[in-house]
Amino acid sequence: MPCRTVLNIIDLHKRYGQLEVLHGVSLEVKKGQVLVVVGPSGCGKSTLLRCINGLEPIDSGNIELNGGSITDGKTRWNLVRQKIGMVFQSYDLFPHMTVMENILLGPLKAQGRNRAEVEHEAEELLERVGLLDRRDSWPGQLSGGQKQRVAIVRALCMQPEIMLFDEVTASLDPEMVREVLDVMLELARRGMTMIIVTHEMAFAKAVADRVIFMDAGVIVESAPPDQFFENPASERARKFLNIFQFTGVTKEEQTDEKNGSN
Amino acid sequence: MLDSAVSIFTAGRNMARLMEGLWITLEISAVSVALSMIFGIAVGLLMTSRHRFWKIATRLYLETVRVIPILVLLFLFYYTLSRNWGINLNSVVVAVLVFTLWGTAEMADLVRGAITSMPNHQRESGRAIGLTEAQINRYIIIPQAVRRLIPGVINLTTRMIKTTPFVFFINVPELTKVGQQIVEVAGMKNYMASFWVYGFIFFLYFIICWPISKLSLHLESKWQN
Repeated sequence: MPCRTVLNIIDLHKRYGQLEVLHGVSLEVKKGQVLVVVGPSGCGKSTLLRCINGLEPIDSGNIELNGGSITDGKTRWNLVRQKIGMVFQSYDLFPHMTVMENILLGPLKAQGRNRAEVEHEAEELLERVGLLDRRDSWPGQLSGGQKQRVAIVRALCMQPEIMLFDEVTASLDPEMVREVLDVMLELARRGMTMIIVTHEMAFAKAVADRVIFMDAGVIVESAPPDQFFENPASERARKFLNIFQFTGVTKEEQTDEKNGSN
Repeated sequence: MLDSAVSIFTAGRNMARLMEGLWITLEISAVSVALSMIFGIAVGLLMTSRHRFWKIATRLYLETVRVIPILVLLFLFYYTLSRNWGINLNSVVVAVLVFTLWGTAEMADLVRGAITSMPNHQRESGRAIGLTEAQINRYIIIPQAVRRLIPGVINLTTRMIKTTPFVFFINVPELTKVGQQIVEVAGMKNYMASFWVYGFIFFLYFIICWPISKLSLHLESKWQN
């Protein structure tokens, strides 16, 4: 079971001008662990992911990847980012390249790997996400869900040690959410280390080894999914989870409301 | 009626003179368009710079060139420089200088637009797969910027070619000027002269600009994806 620590975040602070978005966040991710980060909008969860792969400079604290600090100012981010895969909310494929070219760019140019070998790996990954027949398509010809699956393959083909998912289904049409989540579930089953920021609570419950609840720039709660979703320890988490619940609303109340509003 | 056309174009050195005029037109256009592309890219990159100085300096240059009519610029460089400072520039050199000054400003603004309209997440996606900034520019930003630039660049090129007749005000014997001279002489005996000569000139401009326009359409459809 989880043993080696892949990522260790210690007392992370991040400020945008006067606004402190991360207020002392500490987090440890072990190999093969799936962490799901939930919380209200603006709680700092996306910023946390962006700090981990250096898209946002941090103000204080420390981030360690495989035991070595990557925030000591000497980091060559282009090398570190090869080990940290990231998928964004926006469909971020490069529109002037085919699916295959999108996937090969990083491995060939950043890692200088052998083309035939990478292409073979890319085909395998595309097969896994059910898109091998779209290898020569242009991003403009794909649906949102297909683009996100390609984006996941593009990140995976770098052979990262950890994957970061930043609300990857948030701008998808509802019927396409599932196909992307299924890919992530399968990744989790295969033992990929992941940090997932999401608003899909049922998915979080299914995929997480641990749920992190953030609010106002701090980690309020960190618990196994059963415990977090059934019996959250904090009032803030309870309030947050209630937003997603409709069980408290009975038929009669609905009828009352309707009558009342008429 | 065709006889009148034949007589005009075969009289004296008329045809040769028109071709010489066409050559000067092409020369001024080609040199200034080429220089404008090169300087325009450089200035355009400066416009996207974060340094306040470059931002203000390039903005000032762009707005200045935009508000001054081409003709005024031509007179300024041709007459004012020689009369007040004793700098005598060849009229073709002045033409190229002014057209390059104008073309560079327009090109720079196109380059700036193409770069700043690129969504930031394209750059971030490049970073996320471990590319260096130079690789991101080379493989992601520049190829897309070029595609966005093409329609504007073609438009600018044909506009510059079509504006070259202005240089006849500083006595450059380019195509339109030569045509006017021929019409002045031949027109006294031949009332169809202006029709034939300007019609021919129209045809010449058309065969220069039309392929450029076609090229733009071709590239756009090729890159539609």
